[in-house]
Amino acid sequence: MGMPLMRKESTAMDAKPAPFDRLAAIVAGETVPPEIHSEVKAEEAILQVEGFNLWYGEKQALFDIGMPIPRGKVTALIGPSGCGKSTLLRSVNRMNDLIDTVRISGNMRIAGDEIYGKAVDVIELRRRMGMVFQKSNPFPMSIRENVVYALRINGERNRAVLDEVCEKALRGAALWDEVKDRLDESALGMSGGQQQRLCIARAIAAEPEMLLMDEPCSALDPIATSRVEELILELRGDYTVLIVTHNMQQASRVSDYTAFMYLGQVVEYGPTARLFTNPRLKETEDYITGRFG
Amino acid sequence: MLARGEPVVWLTGSGLVIGLLMVTVLVGYVFYQGLITFWPRPVVALTTPDGRTHLGEVTRTDTFIPPPDLIPGLTGALRERAEAQTAREEGALGRRLLRTGNFELTGEHFRWVEDYLIAEGGESRPEWALVFERTTWGRFYGFPTALVLGGEVVAEDPSRIWEMFQDHHGGDHPAGAVLRVRTASGEEKELDLTEIVRAYPANRLGFLDKVRVYASRWNEFLTAEPREANSEGGVFPAIFGTVVMTLAMTILVVPFGVMAALYLREYAKQGWLTSVVRISINNLAGVPSIVFGVFGLGFFCYIVGGGIDQVFFSDKLPSPTFGTGGIMWASLTLALLTLPVVIVATEEALAAVPTSMREGSFACGATRWQTIRRVVLPRALPGVMTGAILAMARGAGEVAPLMLVGAVKLAPDLPLDLEWPFMHPERSFMHLGFHIYDLGFQSQNSEAAKPMVFTTTLLLMGIVLFLNAAAIRLRSGLTRKYTGSKF
Ligand SMILES: Nc1ncnc2c1ncn2[C@@H]1O[C@H](COP(=O)(O)OP(=O)(O)O)[C@@H](O)[C@H]1O
Ligand SMILES: [Mg+2]
Repeated sequence: MGMPLMRKESTAMDAKPAPFDRLAAIVAGETVPPEIHSEVKAEEAILQVEGFNLWYGEKQALFDIGMPIPRGKVTALIGPSGCGKSTLLRSVNRMNDLIDTVRISGNMRIAGDEIYGKAVDVIELRRRMGMVFQKSNPFPMSIRENVVYALRINGERNRAVLDEVCEKALRGAALWDEVKDRLDESALGMSGGQQQRLCIARAIAAEPEMLLMDEPCSALDPIATSRVEELILELRGDYTVLIVTHNMQQASRVSDYTAFMYLGQVVEYGPTARLFTNPRLKETEDYITGRFG
Repeated sequence: MLARGEPVVWLTGSGLVIGLLMVTVLVGYVFYQGLITFWPRPVVALTTPDGRTHLGEVTRTDTFIPPPDLIPGLTGALRERAEAQTAREEGALGRRLLRTGNFELTGEHFRWVEDYLIAEGGESRPEWALVFERTTWGRFYGFPTALVLGGEVVAEDPSRIWEMFQDHHGGDHPAGAVLRVRTASGEEKELDLTEIVRAYPANRLGFLDKVRVYASRWNEFLTAEPREANSEGGVFPAIFGTVVMTLAMTILVVPFGVMAALYLREYAKQGWLTSVVRISINNLAGVPSIVFGVFGLGFFCYIVGGGIDQVFFSDKLPSPTFGTGGIMWASLTLALLTLPVVIVATEEALAAVPTSMREGSFACGATRWQTIRRVVLPRALPGVMTGAILAMARGAGEVAPLMLVGAVKLAPDLPLDLEWPFMHPERSFMHLGFHIYDLGFQSQNSEAAKPMVFTTTLLLMGIVLFLNAAAIRLRSGLTRKYTGSKF
C-alpha cells in the first residue's frame, strides 16, 4: 500500500490531475485513490462503501474501495472483465458469504446501517435489496409464485396482499400485460427476455431499498435488451439501482453515474455524461474509447 | 481412418449390438416359453408293443444315443424301425416326453416314449380324450363314460356327457355330481365335479375354443392362489407380495436417501470426510445382496422384531410375531440394499441444480432450508425419481436376501387385506422372484413346474416394466412441471 512516487495531490477540483500512469501503478500492486467527481459527493448517498477490501482465499479481488452510491439514481460499474465489478456488487447484499474462502475488511452502510456488522441478520439484510443476475434464474414454479417469492418466504399468506404485490411488481417490470392471463403457468415457459423481466419483478416485489443488477442484459437479444433498459429508466427515482455492465453504450444510456474499475480498484467515478464525453483521467478515456480492455 | 473415428464407431456400435442381441435373445426366449405354456396342446394316444396305450400331451421331443446292446436285443419290426431311425439320425433314436398325468393310478406324471416302439397306426388323437386339471393329484387324461348326478346316471354318450358337464361344472350342482372316466389303459375312475378345475376335449377344440382355454388359464394364473405345490394354479399372492414389497421399499428408501443426499450435498462441508462417506456409499452398492439378507435377519428380525415381541406380543411367545421374517423386514432390508442408488442419483440431481437458482433464492432473503425446500428439491425431483426407479428395478428383481427375511413358498394370507388392522407388516409373503426359484429348483414335479418358471418370469418382467413405466410417466410429468415450460 505504498504511495506512488510520482504522484502529486490534485489541487483544483476541475483541474486535470497530473499525468501519471495509474494503470501501471495498479498493475504494480499499488493502491491508487479513486478520482471521484464532486457531483457524486454532493448527492445523498444510500450506500456508503468505506475502505472495503475483499479476498478470495489468498487472492485479493477488491482494494480499498470507497464510494458513495446516490439515492434514487442509477449507478453503473464498468471495467474490463475480471476487475471485480460483480464481486463488489455481491458484497453489497453479502452474497459472497456463500463462498467459503471469502474474507473482507472495511465497511459498507446502507441507509446508515452496517452491512458487515457482527449483529447483522443477513437474511434481513438481503430482503432490503433486490438482485438481478446475468443469467435469468426463474424458480421452478408458477409466474405468480416467482414474483411473490420474497413475501412467501417471509410468511405472507394473505392472498389479496400477494395478488396485489404480484400485479404491482409485474406492472413495474412492464410484464403485466404479457402474462396477466397465465400467472399460474410455469415461469420456465417464458422467453429469455420475459424471464429476465420476471426476475426484475421478483427483485422489486418486496419494495427493496436498492436494486443490484449484474449484467442483466448480457444474455438477451437487442429487442429484449432495450426493453430492460427502458425498464431501468422507469425504475429510476423510485429505486436506487446499482448496475454492472460491460457494455458502455448501455451504461451511458441508463445510468446517472458511472464508476470505472480496474483490477479491483475504482479509478474514476462521476456523472455518466461527463465520464463518457470528457473524463478527467486519460486512463478512463482510453478504456471508453476502446484502446484497452 | 482413425482420425475420422470410424474404428471407434464400429467398436462402440458392436458393443451396443452385442448388448441388444443378448437382451433380445433372453427376453424373446422368456416371451416364447412364457406365452406358449398355457396354449392347449393336442392329446395323443401312443400304443406300445406291450399293448399298453399312453394318453397325454407331448411336452418335449428329443433324441438319445441308445445303449450299445439295445438294438441288437430287439427283434422284428421293432428292430427294423430302430435301425431305420438310427441310420437317418446318425445313430440316435427319437423319443417324446408325454405328460400322462393320472398320478394316483400310475405313480408318474410324465413318461418318455421312444419313437421306435410305436408301430404304424399306433399313434392317434382320440376325439373324446379329455384333459382334466384338478385341485389335487395333478392332471388327468381319460375318456368320459358317464355323468352321474345325485346317484343317477344322466348321460352315457360322450358328446351328451360333455354338454351336460359344461352345464353343471362350476355352477351349482347337486351333491354327488360325478364324472365317470376311463383311462387309456382301461382303468375306471370317478371324478367329483368339485375337484375339477378345468376340463376340455383337447382334440375337438377349434381355434376359438383354444383361445378360451388359454385366456381362462391366464386368468387363473393372475388371479388365483397356487395349487399342487405351486406347479399349478395362480400366483396372485406372489404378484401382490411383490408389488406391495416393492412399493413399501420405495416409500421407505426414497425419504432416507433424499435426506442423506441433502445432508451430504447441501449441508456437509465438502472435504475428505464427505469423500470417504461417498466412497463407502458407492461400495455399499457392491456388497452381495445376501449379506444384506443376513443383516436383515440378524438385525431387523431377531433384534428389532424380537424386541417388539418381548414388549407387545409376549403373550404369544415363544412363537414369534415380528421376530421372524415378514414383509416389513423384507422391505426394510431391500431399502437398505437400494439406498446407495437413491443417494447417488439424488446427489447428482442436487448437483445439477444451477447455482444461479440457489443464488436467486438467497438474494430474495431465503434461508438455506427455504431454498432447498422451495427451489432445489422441486428442481431435483425428476432426478430423485430416477433414483427411485433404479431402486425399484433393483429391488423388485432381488431374491436372495428375501429368502432370509420373509419370502416363503406359500402364504395365502396377504400382507394387506380386509381383516383388521388391514396391514399386516409382520406376515411373511410370496414373491415372484422367490416363486421362480421355488418352481425351478424346489418342485417335486419339476417337469410340470418348468413351464411355470417361464410364465412367472414373464410376469415378473412385466410387473417390473409396469412399475418402471408408471414411475417414468410420473417423472416426465414432474420434469415438465419443474424444468419444462408447462405445469
Ligand atoms: N468464487 C471465486 N473464487 C475465487 N476467485 C474469484 C471468484 N469469483 C471471482 N473471482 C476472481 O475475482 C476477480 C473479480 O471477479 P468478478 O468480480 O467476477 O469480475 P467482473 O464481474 O468484473 O468480471 C477475478 O479475478 C476472478 O477471477
Ligand atoms: Mg461479472
